Amino acid sequence: MIEIENVRKSFGELEVLKGINLTVDKGEVLTVIGGSGSGKSTLLTCINGLEPIDAGRIVIDGTDVHAKSTNLNKLRQKVGIVFQQWNAFPHLTVLENVMLAPRKVLGLSKAEAEAIAVRQLTHVGLAEKLSVYPNRMSGGQQQRMAIARALAMSPEYMLFDEVTSALDPMLVGEVLDTLRMLASEGMTMICVTHEMKFAREVSDRVAFFHQGVMAEIAPPEQLFDAPQHAETKKFLAATH
Amino acid sequence: MFSYTFQWKQALKALPQMLDGALVTLQIALLSMAIGLVIAIILTLFRMSGNRILSGFATAWVEIARNTPALFQIYMAHFGLGSFGIHLSPFTSLLVGIVFNNAGYLAENFRGALKAIPDTQTRAGRSLGMSSLQAFRLIVMPQMLRIAFLPVTNQMVWAILMTSLGVTVGMNTDLTGVTQDLNARSFRTFEFFAIAAVIYYVIAKAVTLAARAFASRMFRY
Amino acid sequence: MIETALTWGDLAFLAKGAGMTLAVTAISVAAGTVLGVICGVIRFQLGPYWSAPLTFVLDVFRSVPLLIQLVLGNAFQSIAKLGWPPFTTSCVVLSLYTAAYCTEIVRGGMSSVPVTTRRAARSLGMTWWQDMRYIVAPLATRVSLPAWIGLALSVMKDSALVLWLGLIELLRASQILVTRLQEPLLILMICGAIYFIISFPIARLGGYLEKRWSPND
Repeated sequence: MIEIENVRKSFGELEVLKGINLTVDKGEVLTVIGGSGSGKSTLLTCINGLEPIDAGRIVIDGTDVHAKSTNLNKLRQKVGIVFQQWNAFPHLTVLENVMLAPRKVLGLSKAEAEAIAVRQLTHVGLAEKLSVYPNRMSGGQQQRMAIARALAMSPEYMLFDEVTSALDPMLVGEVLDTLRMLASEGMTMICVTHEMKFAREVSDRVAFFHQGVMAEIAPPEQLFDAPQHAETKKFLAATH
Repeated sequence: MFSYTFQWKQALKALPQMLDGALVTLQIALLSMAIGLVIAIILTLFRMSGNRILSGFATAWVEIARNTPALFQIYMAHFGLGSFGIHLSPFTSLLVGIVFNNAGYLAENFRGALKAIPDTQTRAGRSLGMSSLQAFRLIVMPQMLRIAFLPVTNQMVWAILMTSLGVTVGMNTDLTGVTQDLNARSFRTFEFFAIAAVIYYVIAKAVTLAARAFASRMFRY
Repeated sequence: MIETALTWGDLAFLAKGAGMTLAVTAISVAAGTVLGVICGVIRFQLGPYWSAPLTFVLDVFRSVPLLIQLVLGNAFQSIAKLGWPPFTTSCVVLSLYTAAYCTEIVRGGMSSVPVTTRRAARSLGMTWWQDMRYIVAPLATRVSLPAWIGLALSVMKDSALVLWLGLIELLRASQILVTRLQEPLLILMICGAIYFIISFPIARLGGYLEKRWSPND
């Protein structure tokens, strides 16, 4: 369970999160929508501990992410994140990209790590690309590799930060299919996305962020078909 | 104009001796590069650390290495350290001087290379649970070494050329030292030094070619 | 205060040495740059194939230690009975050495000018010379200047090697004082500081220009 309590975060003068309260249960798929600058991506990096927060608490399965005593490296093994820019490691092959963290962070043997990596890469449909370098692949393939790389750590939670935003429209589908598959397998996921159709389809709940505030959260049918908040209506009207 | 008779035969007889010297030259250059690379990586980490004292130390090293002559740096090792009661042999003085120079220039090259690696690479590593040192070692450093490979090769050639400075502090086993000894005995200056020049040229070219071959095998992406 | 036998006269001696360093550097960089520009333009115009001999010769200057070049230059002038004093020999060798590096900088600068830009100039009816003068030269200078500053500084530092031919430049002057006064650390530190004071601000300027004129901005 991820519990977010009154989280505030500023970059200099700009307050990007103005007191967020949110709980995500095990097995839930939550999508977060909202305009740019609404703070939704920042929230994900804070959950993963990549950004410090100014106030409030984020607790994952009883562990306070931003407490001094928390071993973030340990915690991050439990919480995978995939970014808008897939950040493939260019000096490693696809297989090596996925094997690296299981070997060096989890301390698995080469054979064990390879078995996991092959399984995850096969899972995302990249079984044929194992010995290829990332720059030889399309953005969609690299993004799927990044997903496999995160999954290879056997995380209990996955955070997806606009994973299709940097892709050519042609390649969005293959990545969304991968996410759908994960959702159907029961992975706990928080997806920040602009893909409304996808959000409606896979989510248990959809949260709408506006200017650092979670303006509305509801099951997809309700949020998309009967939005309560004025800003939500405006946003949905603009994106349709 | 040229009443001088060149005596190449006599000079060429000394070739085996000179080649032995060339081996010493290559040894010093390789050793100084190996140590220099390690120190340069440490200096780079110091500069990235955000700690004022460490990064100040690293910056001072880099700037002194780059803004004073290599020969001065060798003199410092040979004569300057004498004030602390440390008396280094010509070989050690030369090595220390070149290592100091190499480390400074290489650290600066690394800094340039790091600019080409996006922060998101570190972030991606950290998000997989790596410590910051792991992320540097496993993700940033390999890319940094690749980007900086050409300047590193150039520095290797520089290191070879710098070894010739040892003769000024009494080094007599490297190529220039051996040549100077032969010259002092026979006064066939031009012949001996011309042969030395050819050997230096060949070494420099061989190193460049070897580096290129190494790069094409190592960097497949 | 540090106790030292160093006198004002000694400092003046060091200053004279620094003057020698600067004189050798100035002459060599000036002559080497002129030569380098000429060779650079030739290399650029002829292309890699026809300029191969020139490329090879210049490469030799960059692959043989300067010290060896100085000794060879001195031996050559003695064999050829040119009767050059060490100062002349030093300047000639350092000029050629500078020219070898400068050629690459010039060629690099010229080839950084996009062909389309040059075509545009020629399409306006400019002659080859006008194209060079008004289009290529200004653009290439911008690209090359930081590297050229770096070269000038490295020649300044490398000029220390002329002490081998007996010229009393900054480092040799320091060495003489060290031998006489037996205070190696202090004197060498002064010597290093002088080099640093000359080099550092100019190096910073070069770095600044590079940043400011970088085409990626």
